[in-house]
Amino acid sequence: MIDATHYVVLSLILFCLGLIGVMVRRNFITVLMSLELMFNAVNLNLIAFSFRLSDLAGQVLAIFVITVAAAEAAIGLGLIIALVRLKDTVALDEADVMRG
Amino acid sequence: MSLADFVPFLPEIFLGCAGFIVLLAGIPLGRRGSRPVIALAVAALAATAVLIFLVGRPAAGPQLILGDMLVVDQFAVFFKLLVLAASALALVMAAGYLDRAQYSGGEFASLILFADLGMFIMASGANLASLYVGLELMALSVYVLVGYFKLEVKSNEGAVKYFVLGAASSAILLYGISLIYGTTGSLDLETIRVTLAEVPHQNFLLLLGIALVAFGMLFKVAAVPFHVWTPDAYEGAPTPVTAFISVAPKAVAFAMFLRLFAGTFAGEVEHWRMLLWIASAATMIYGNVAALTQINVKRMLAYSSIAHAGYALMGLVAGSDAGTWAVLMYMAVYAFMNLGAFGFVILLESRGYAGERIEDFAGLARRHPGAAAGMLIFMLGLAGIPPTAGFMGKLYLWAATVEAGYIWLAVISVLMSAVSLYYYFRLVVQMYLKEGDAEDESPAEMLSDRWAGAAIAVCAVMTLAIGLWPAPLVGWAKSGLSALGLV
Repeated sequence: MIDATHYVVLSLILFCLGLIGVMVRRNFITVLMSLELMFNAVNLNLIAFSFRLSDLAGQVLAIFVITVAAAEAAIGLGLIIALVRLKDTVALDEADVMRG
Repeated sequence: MSLADFVPFLPEIFLGCAGFIVLLAGIPLGRRGSRPVIALAVAALAATAVLIFLVGRPAAGPQLILGDMLVVDQFAVFFKLLVLAASALALVMAAGYLDRAQYSGGEFASLILFADLGMFIMASGANLASLYVGLELMALSVYVLVGYFKLEVKSNEGAVKYFVLGAASSAILLYGISLIYGTTGSLDLETIRVTLAEVPHQNFLLLLGIALVAFGMLFKVAAVPFHVWTPDAYEGAPTPVTAFISVAPKAVAFAMFLRLFAGTFAGEVEHWRMLLWIASAATMIYGNVAALTQINVKRMLAYSSIAHAGYALMGLVAGSDAGTWAVLMYMAVYAFMNLGAFGFVILLESRGYAGERIEDFAGLARRHPGAAAGMLIFMLGLAGIPPTAGFMGKLYLWAATVEAGYIWLAVISVLMSAVSLYYYFRLVVQMYLKEGDAEDESPAEMLSDRWAGAAIAVCAVMTLAIGLWPAPLVGWAKSGLSALGLV
């Protein structure tokens, strides 16, 4: 029988994969995808809890999270375009003008 | 939910509409001067403040609106008015800066208004869902503002770094929210508070959730070890944006922090207090020590703002009423001092470039005695020296921390304040004792901009007035407490 605990473990694994992706990947687009993975791990959690608690609030929040993640991706892609125009690269390592 | 619920929500509705109107009004103006549209935006901010007084009814006690999603109380009103004041001052300072850089003012002003709307919802959120949406509205607007000078590498780079780390921290915060929802069964702050107060929870998932929410909030207030984005975002952003984001989002992040930790999670205080103690001490030490070696004024002020987040965190660690209103007081005081200091950085121009190096301030006292005296006030304030407001703000924080029995934390903060004297006074020494390079034909000049000058004057007057006569602000900050279920 699969219960909420299994979903929490799965979402924790997905979340950690996303977090590791954000930290080690240097390609901005891959980083955006990793961020998306983190947000979707949260959604999985919210929906699993919402189902177990028989409470709709979690699912409503999941819809909000999807919406906000879309807006976040739009801004991320906008920043990528600006970065490509300025530096002709999507590598985050190249963004190193400021130090200290 | 009824139609009457929307009346206390009018300031937010108005602010959202004003954001769109300002955006449209900016189109015909284009890049031919941002002053009309900035004036419009400031008028909208003033009208919002009036609306808050008309419909807020904060004296009648906390009022839950829109299906218990938001709460209108003194605590929220305090932060809303602080946000309005800070964004109006930042906008007025930005007008000349945008014109010189030839960027349009409409989008800039509307982004500030949208960020303000997000901050309003953060300040009065009574549900984890509304708090999250408010936080994201603020954060998304601010990412764009940091990268507003899209043809400048530094601005873009600051925005990229801020965006990646900010989005990751939002996800961490959200993961914490989902765990709290799963273990307490509710997103409503009051329900969670009652649940936690009744049953002493030792659930691992709940504690992990609270810790993750704390990490997300520590990121938003720029505390160690989640401060990595701060220096780059602050240095890269257009200076008026730096002034804005170092003040308003930090203040409302503290509002949300207080509402969650001094209010909702108060029942679990034994579990999170040590975490915040360490974060506060580390933030004060790291921020002040790292600021010592900076040669760029914006970067130095960025580290100084990290340090100030550490001071304010002391109030949260103290956890008492005194600690809480000391944080409110400190955020108000810090807002005026920091905005004023950035105002001078905005006005200083060196050979056509923004004068951001500390050496650019050399000999300023001889050429512009008024500006040097103003900068001196803000540096004294940030260092926490009487009779400025910075001293009063720190005094109340120290009192609350010592009273709560965290003597060592207070000792660390006093020592670190002494360290901070060194870098604030490095600027003062440059202004008063250095002559500037003799072979340099065109030293950095203080531009004359009546708008920015007026905004800086307001900041200076407030810094001195609160320092000499703190009673009204203290009384007002204290009145915000009842909302948190502390009194």
